[in-house]
Amino acid sequence: MAISFFLVIVAKMGSSEQITSALQSWAAAKFGADARVEQLKRLSGGASQETWAFAVQTAGGTRPMILRRAPGGESKARSSEAIGLGMEAQLLSKAADAGVPVPPVLGVSEAGSALGQAFIMDRISGETIGRKILRDEEFDKARSLLAAQCGRALAGIHSIPADSLPDLPVSDGMSQLTKYEAIYRNFDLPRPVFELAIAWLKAHAPEPQPLVLVHGDFRLGNLMVDEHGLASILDWELAHVGDPREDIAWICVNSWRFGQSEHRVGGFGDLRDLLDAYAQAGGPQFRPQDIDWWEMLGSLKWGIMCMIMYEAFRSGADPSVERAAIGRRVSETEIDLINLLEGARTHA
Amino acid sequence: MHDAPSTAELVAAVKRFIDDSAAPQLTGHAAFHARVASNVLGTILRELEQRPAADAAERKGLLSLLGTTQNEDLDALNRKLCEEIRQGRMDVETAGLLDHLKTTTIAQLSIDQPNYSGLARALHPRS
Repeated sequence: MAISFFLVIVAKMGSSEQITSALQSWAAAKFGADARVEQLKRLSGGASQETWAFAVQTAGGTRPMILRRAPGGESKARSSEAIGLGMEAQLLSKAADAGVPVPPVLGVSEAGSALGQAFIMDRISGETIGRKILRDEEFDKARSLLAAQCGRALAGIHSIPADSLPDLPVSDGMSQLTKYEAIYRNFDLPRPVFELAIAWLKAHAPEPQPLVLVHGDFRLGNLMVDEHGLASILDWELAHVGDPREDIAWICVNSWRFGQSEHRVGGFGDLRDLLDAYAQAGGPQFRPQDIDWWEMLGSLKWGIMCMIMYEAFRSGADPSVERAAIGRRVSETEIDLINLLEGARTHA
Repeated sequence: MHDAPSTAELVAAVKRFIDDSAAPQLTGHAAFHARVASNVLGTILRELEQRPAADAAERKGLLSLLGTTQNEDLDALNRKLCEEIRQGRMDVETAGLLDHLKTTTIAQLSIDQPNYSGLARALHPRS
């Protein structure tokens, strides 16, 4: 889930009875009068939406599901980046049509209804915790398949016609660099390593690629993995129209390798395997070095995101020890940037 | 001023209290925050031990890079360095710049997150 391990969300008491009752009406209409909603439970995580787990019990058995719902059932003015729930449900349907592994959407409800603005999807079982996927024996086989599966899935996402999704934000590499540089400057906490990375990225901007639909947060943590590999791609809140190399590089950013630095793709795979599968599935044939610029941009972005989270502490908006501590993770991205800059200089 | 117990001893005592007494009795978000708090105290202990030498080395590197002997604090010197890079007067090819930044980042990360994988790679680059 998007930066979920840093988020602590406390469920609003009193709303769960109301949600159960709204879900009960929906389930009875969809699955028959004997359908019963059970085990409603608020899950942590999700940057801007509520996520609930529940199950529908019928004579045929129990079916686990997920409810994604606008906070309090009402759509707020959206944050600068996160897309709305209606768009997220549309994206999931289009991704499924393109053969991308995503949870099937079972129902959509509008603002003003009993459930509020929300959608319901099947709950896919599997593991999302990066360290478990990288270390547990039960994922041995999955790890060997995952790079190619990610390549095929990304080719599928990038093949979805973006003009069928007119409300998506558009953001390419240079506009992201400009945006994050402005955020960083606004904090007035100068960091020479960031300055050097920003200058290097500006001086080495790659030739633009045709813009496509990108997931925007494609990395371990947002991938549901089972013993056969990639089971489902979650958290589409940061989807936008952008450069396909952004998605390929984000899962390569060292922060998302969870300690297994030697495997460039997510700490589990070889980038060539991902790129070959991507090309075989219809995407452009990229070389590993085509991803370098985007990986550096990714490390810089994550570093500035950590500063944003620390800013919530510094401003007093969130005085928790956890928000304070995240400010001391910025140096992780600085060492990654140094390692990447050294590599870039060696190869120049 | 009294220095017994020292700052480090006091912090270590609080960290032991969190780890051995408080955290085991907590669940859920409170347990998570207790773990974060304990890690923060670990950072403080490393900072108490390593920061004076790290700051002195950083200062020496900055003065040499900037070719100045002015008696400015680290923040002011780093702001000057940032401005040099931003204005394009220094870049990745500038003699000593990347080495200085690598040394200071290694020192910072050794305090902040000594187990981070990127630190090991910076210390032991693959050939």
